[in-house]
Amino acid sequence: MNIAQDIREILGSNEAFAGKVDQLSDDDSLFDMGLDSFGSVQLMLALEERFNVEFPDELLNRKSFASIRAIRDAVSTLVRPEAA
Amino acid sequence: MDSISSPQAEMLLDEEPQGGPTFLDRLFDHGLLIRTGVDGLYGRSGAFESVVEALDRLISRLGAADGAEVMRFPPGMSRPAFERSGYLKGFPNLAGTIHSFCGDGAGHAEILACVEEGRDWTDQQEATDVVLTPAACYPLYPVAAARGALPAEGRLFDLQSYCFRREPSLEPTRMQLFRMREYVRMGSPEQVLAFRESWLERGTAMMRDLGLPLAIDVANDPFFGRAGRMLANNQRAQGLKFELNVPVNSVEKPTACLSFNYHQDHFGSTWELRQADGSVAHTACVGFGLERITLALLKHHGLDLAAWPEAVRDALWG
Repeated sequence: MNIAQDIREILGSNEAFAGKVDQLSDDDSLFDMGLDSFGSVQLMLALEERFNVEFPDELLNRKSFASIRAIRDAVSTLVRPEAA
Repeated sequence: MDSISSPQAEMLLDEEPQGGPTFLDRLFDHGLLIRTGVDGLYGRSGAFESVVEALDRLISRLGAADGAEVMRFPPGMSRPAFERSGYLKGFPNLAGTIHSFCGDGAGHAEILACVEEGRDWTDQQEATDVVLTPAACYPLYPVAAARGALPAEGRLFDLQSYCFRREPSLEPTRMQLFRMREYVRMGSPEQVLAFRESWLERGTAMMRDLGLPLAIDVANDPFFGRAGRMLANNQRAQGLKFELNVPVNSVEKPTACLSFNYHQDHFGSTWELRQADGSVAHTACVGFGLERITLALLKHHGLDLAAWPEAVRDALWG
């Protein structure tokens, strides 16, 4: 499983990032690039489905979805070691 | 933001004795509210309305110098506009839609038979193009956007409407149909934030002048479900919503009587509302819960309006 690649794929389906995902660095601010509050919720739900995880309350915030690196860190703590 | 407390904020409410009449019971007993058989749906007496009307005028006086454009909409709005507004993303459980009978003569007979037999008669009801207004400002945005880009100074609107939220409750402060007065500012981020700041001060002064204990707290809207928890966390973290709370039902869970909201570019983007320079407009609003403020006054100053403190009566009717 390549978490970063999966995250980029999911981001690509968001209107704000369509066709632009390849230009994103791991540390670019997704919110500065046009991700809005509801977009971050849709992203969260798509990540949960893709990785079969559930974000706990303490990760349900902007910080967890601020960049590809932040998302990868959050997802990595949730996927089981054998799945990663 | 730190809470701002009035000197009376520590004052405790007279809690209802265990098993005794609740605040809602007492409002009914004094005839201030009138039962309809539905929780959160009440008639109002002349005395109750005299307070609501006085508050409405007071809010007009406080904002008069700003020259807001007055608009009044009925408590229903266009369903397509409602759908585009995004309300269903956050509050599908609170929305109220208007359905009407769309059948034929046979269908009519079927309805009457169902009613007669006590069976469900609503099968033939279909959604109309009207939904109940969820917040006074919702009908405004498409109207404002249709005028084209904002002038350089932005725009300011004055609204008041009955609003509907499907949340039946025995707390008198949580009605299903209630009136919301609003000022809505549209413009640059700086313009709309300055507006919100000025109303944080004015609203606090107004409620202090009405002799009410209060605190201003960061808040979030009651977004639905797990997705809603994230929206709520984000809203709080960004300081987008503040509420002016007054203890009415309890000290532990005070009632939001005013709210001060910065929508960022949410409505600007949704409705393609532009600033004079072409960039997306930002918006903010201050909302006054007219029934909630009235109930706070009744709770703190008593159910007999004539016995309210002279300073409060002067502020309302002076």
